[in-house]
Amino acid sequence: MSMFRLFSSRPVPAPATAPIARERLQILLAHERGMRGQPDLLMLLREEILSVVSRRVALDPEKVMVRMERGRSVSTLEVDIELPNGFEPALAATG
Amino acid sequence: MAKVLVVTSGKGGVGKTTSTAAIGAALAQNGKKVAVIDFDIGLRNLDLVMGAERRVVFDLINVVQGVSKLSQALIRDKRLETLWLLPASQTRDKDALTEEGVGRVISELRETFDWIICDSPAGIERGAMLAMRFADEAIIVTNPEVSSVRDSDRIIGMLDSKTVKAENGERVNKHVLITRFDPARAARGEMISIDDILEILATPLLGIIPESQDVLRASNVGSPVTLNNPSSSPARAYADATRRLLGETIEMMVPAERKGLINLLLGRRAA
Repeated sequence: MSMFRLFSSRPVPAPATAPIARERLQILLAHERGMRGQPDLLMLLREEILSVVSRRVALDPEKVMVRMERGRSVSTLEVDIELPNGFEPALAATG
Repeated sequence: MAKVLVVTSGKGGVGKTTSTAAIGAALAQNGKKVAVIDFDIGLRNLDLVMGAERRVVFDLINVVQGVSKLSQALIRDKRLETLWLLPASQTRDKDALTEEGVGRVISELRETFDWIICDSPAGIERGAMLAMRFADEAIIVTNPEVSSVRDSDRIIGMLDSKTVKAENGERVNKHVLITRFDPARAARGEMISIDDILEILATPLLGIIPESQDVLRASNVGSPVTLNNPSSSPARAYADATRRLLGETIEMMVPAERKGLINLLLGRRAA
């Protein structure tokens, strides 16, 4: 083959990328198939956290942020709730 | 018994319309009575690829809404007696397509046709859902490329859950059709291999259609590639795929473009 390469316009073949494509797809699809058909976990968490906290404190639903970060070994769930100034702690007692 | 076949992919531009026209024509050449339906409301193209664009009077939505009868909207192919086209609407709102209306049209077609082929729009929205809704069989058109394989996987999941068959506890009979395959690039490891695609999608292979200029030539003149140049490599690959669809066992070949000896030795692509 090397003799023919003399006449070829491509001197050195690029490294094969197809195995990388396969590996990336296998990892991605394993994850996506697991998620399929399940309700959106973040939406559910957000709704439930909102309803629990709302029992004690009047909340603006827009001010509840739920974020998930996927890491290699652990994933983290970040919940950020903004409380209104001067909320009534008394509510908690009666609630 | 009539079979409803959806040609789908998720991703756009992979060859759904080309494959619908080519396989529809090949089935008709095998003596079957075939209706091809364009579900791409607002972006119809099957009429153009089949060379019937100047003969469209009524369309799928007209029939669904009762404006015209099915027999008035169906266009008979000028080359093949048993091939008919039901075009998509070019102008109307795609919400005009209802599940009940599509179901009615398909059951009416089932009475007189052997094969009803639904050419799905890209995406996973309403049009794509309705195209697959009543399917008995599905062809998932896939290019050897990561985004196409991912979308095909998603569509396979929908075929297994959102179709009438799936809801009745039955299965849509699924086939993967690999299009735009370039054997030289695959041999150099630049293109994800057919074995890898089939392993990932876990769905049987219907055929491998090579990347070819003949596909573009056929669409330029408005003729399914299986009619326009039957001896070309994509036409032969589509003809084999069609016979497999009809239940024949045909050896799977990776079709190659004809190359000059020098090009072959140098591994150059044929133009």
